[in-house]
Amino acid sequence: MSFWEYANPKKFLATTERFMPFLWITSGACLAVGLIWGFFFTPDDYRQGSTVKIIYLHVPAALMAINCWFMMLITSLVWLVRRHHVSALAARAAAPIGAVMTVIALVTGAIWGQPMWGTWWEWDPRLTSFLILFLFYLGYMALWEAIDNPDTAADLTSVLCLVGSVFAILSRYAVNFWNQGLHQGASVMRAGAVTGTDTTEKVSNVFFFPLMVCIAGFILLFIALVFYRTGTEIRARRTQALLARERVGA
Amino acid sequence: MIALLMRDLKLAFRAGGGFGLGLAFFLIVTIMVPFSVGPQSDLLSKIAPGVLWLGALLACLLSLDRLLALDWEDGSLDLLATAPLPLESTVTIKSLAHWLTTGLPLVLAAPVLGVLLNLPAAGYLWLVVSLVLGTPALSVIGTFGAALTVGLKRGGLLLSLLVLPLYVPTLIFGAEVARRGAIGMETQTPLMMLAGITAASIALLPFASAAVLRVNLR
Repeated sequence: MSFWEYANPKKFLATTERFMPFLWITSGACLAVGLIWGFFFTPDDYRQGSTVKIIYLHVPAALMAINCWFMMLITSLVWLVRRHHVSALAARAAAPIGAVMTVIALVTGAIWGQPMWGTWWEWDPRLTSFLILFLFYLGYMALWEAIDNPDTAADLTSVLCLVGSVFAILSRYAVNFWNQGLHQGASVMRAGAVTGTDTTEKVSNVFFFPLMVCIAGFILLFIALVFYRTGTEIRARRTQALLARERVGA
Repeated sequence: MIALLMRDLKLAFRAGGGFGLGLAFFLIVTIMVPFSVGPQSDLLSKIAPGVLWLGALLACLLSLDRLLALDWEDGSLDLLATAPLPLESTVTIKSLAHWLTTGLPLVLAAPVLGVLLNLPAAGYLWLVVSLVLGTPALSVIGTFGAALTVGLKRGGLLLSLLVLPLYVPTLIFGAEVARRGAIGMETQTPLMMLAGITAASIALLPFASAAVLRVNLR
């Protein structure tokens, strides 16, 4: 039993399909519990009022937007090194999900920012780098769509993903250069925040636990969607192969 | 290598090569700015460094789709790929030729256009320095984008979509050097970052461009 067995599309489909119902149900349950708990059973923040509750969508979506790109980076590397088609297809399947997560993070951020900062948009480093990340997703998807030959497309998008990662990180630190911005620093997973030894500003436990449930729900949802879409891509590829064979035979 | 460089330069300078087109575009964009934001000289002098950088970047972008597409169409790119010269060197020479025919004229024209936009006197030196340091990176990154889209029918728009996000760090640091220079702040930190980006791009990106080109020539 090696991990690379799942590079076989048939094996991949069989295994993921066994997990799919479990993934859908747990992610749905986590999201339902987390969101309902967060929206209806947590107190309002003493400064932010009820607007604080958008954290349950904003933070997990932002987290997944970045991690989705990391996942694409890893699968692109696997494609370039070992040339497993499932890997390239998983990267292709993940890109639109990551783009949607980026949009959710930007939109919820804007909705929260309007009453809190008094503006929908501010050229703040974190906001700007997310916008740039969104542009990278757009370019990546456009390149996939533009090329007919699937192997060429996989190769080119993989290299673009690698180069893009470097430039995305560069941009992240380049925009830091303007100023420190309005967006607060990382306050969820700071070391010592959970145990209460850290006395600086942090997310209180009342908000922390439903947030963790929401994050788990988003992660599971992301995995389920990637599996699902990868399965679709594999089947689409098979259909194309069958059609091509029919044309040749006719 | 030198023969290839001379060939590319000749092709660019002779009729139909499109030399000067980028320069004319730069001129037009810069002239359009006062029409769109109004002729107040204090506002213009404030935005001049950024506008000049953006104009130079767009002019660079405009000439990218010709960079490899012509050689691709007439098949000379296949010959270059089978030549004893490694594809990495070919790509580097192509970037160099692009910079000599597009980037360098832009650098030389920028101070003249700076007069039109009422750039403060202290800014000219830093504008030229930042453009000299930054435009090679634009050419090298652009070559990568051109190599990605070389086989496509309508690669032009896609090329912009792919290349512009990659230009972000160069633009930020380049425009920051010019802006700080114009208002007399210290420019060392963004200048070093800009130089770092350019050096790293020149050192690493030709490998990516050559790899992508090999895929496209397969």
